[in-house]
Amino acid sequence: MAQHQVNYLKDGGLPVALTTIDKVVNWGRSNSIWALTYGLACCGIEMMASGASRYDFDRFGTIFRASPRQAELMVVAGTLTKKHAEFIRRLYDQMTEPKWVISMGSCANTGGMFNTYATVQGVDRVIPVDLYLPGCAPRPETLQYAVMMLQQKIRKEPASRSQKPKRLM
Amino acid sequence: MRAYTPKDNVQAKSYYTDRFWVAPQVAKSAVSDDEVFAADLEAIKAKFDVLDAYIQVEQMIVIINANDNYAVLELLKNECEYTQLSEMSAIDWLDQEGKFEIFYQMLSMTKRKRVRIKCKIDEKEAIQSVEKLFRCADWSEREMYDMFGVVVNNHPFMKRILMPEDWEGFPLRKTYPLQGDEFAAWYEVDKIFGKEAREIIGPENRDPARIDRYDTKRFSRLGHEVPFGTDISQGEPDTPLVYQEQEGVFMIDKFDAQKSVVISDRHR
Repeated sequence: MAQHQVNYLKDGGLPVALTTIDKVVNWGRSNSIWALTYGLACCGIEMMASGASRYDFDRFGTIFRASPRQAELMVVAGTLTKKHAEFIRRLYDQMTEPKWVISMGSCANTGGMFNTYATVQGVDRVIPVDLYLPGCAPRPETLQYAVMMLQQKIRKEPASRSQKPKRLM
Repeated sequence: MRAYTPKDNVQAKSYYTDRFWVAPQVAKSAVSDDEVFAADLEAIKAKFDVLDAYIQVEQMIVIINANDNYAVLELLKNECEYTQLSEMSAIDWLDQEGKFEIFYQMLSMTKRKRVRIKCKIDEKEAIQSVEKLFRCADWSEREMYDMFGVVVNNHPFMKRILMPEDWEGFPLRKTYPLQGDEFAAWYEVDKIFGKEAREIIGPENRDPARIDRYDTKRFSRLGHEVPFGTDISQGEPDTPLVYQEQEGVFMIDKFDAQKSVVISDRHR
């Protein structure tokens, strides 16, 4: 027995929501951005701090996964070396569509202070990037803001469009 | 023809040049000053040729022939109590002498002394591995090969340790450019996409100071974001930082301070 009166016709009382499929799918996608653990250097520490209790990524639905098969976001946190470039490309290819990439910090954006022979000068030479975060290293708030920007970006795109595979070239 | 010098700002030219500067040398002293080292040197001299020996900063440096390196280290380890190889590597003197200098830094815990064994080899010459004596030489010798291209004989696993296996060139040689040669510049592109992708991806931007204020394809000013590739030479509009869309998000309620209630009794 219901203890209180439920007005089914009033907004909020109804256990039914009328909307479009696009919005439902995008709601699901934008609130369950599972990220691949991709800490490559000191930015990885900030990424871990974002995931830990103080900044708490779980409330955005961003849970770090250790497998690319379960992830749709790759936060490239740190310096990408030339030796590692082929592996990041392979892991990116293993992620299922739809997928997004956040390039976190100066090193991932442009190679940063490592203007040397062994550093890739920006991860966008290897994989397509959606958001670039400035900073060395960016604070957890910056990464949170990036995730919220990414959520807005996901909600803006029509979910029902055919998946166009993202390719650098 | 005389070399051109810019004349537009002669005053700014520094008149000081370092043509008379001499690099300071660390003072050397004779080995006979220290009786422990003198005894060690005698032990080495009894069996091997010693090209030079002296004491610098309380450490003995002994220069030997390159093909004696294993035997000398064996002697030091087994008979002179230098039981640890704390460091070893090569130094590139190819420009000055056409040779590599290999050094072995030895430590004796019982004598509390350090000895450095040095030898020189040609560029194409190989050196004997000391991995059988000191296990730590395994990775050091691999690194020496990786960074300088010094081949080590009788090493159990002679392979690059830091750089990728298909890397060309030896990065710590003085002749290797800091920002990489042609191979290094295109390494990741060639390997992942193939050589034909070079034109599409383009060369690396190696200028760390390069900022194009009006480039909206690579940069966006926070709070002034515009769509990708917009021309902003006439200025850009303010777009205040927003965490969510203005009209709200499906299924998610925004916090409204007016509608919220402050509970007076926390332990209710």
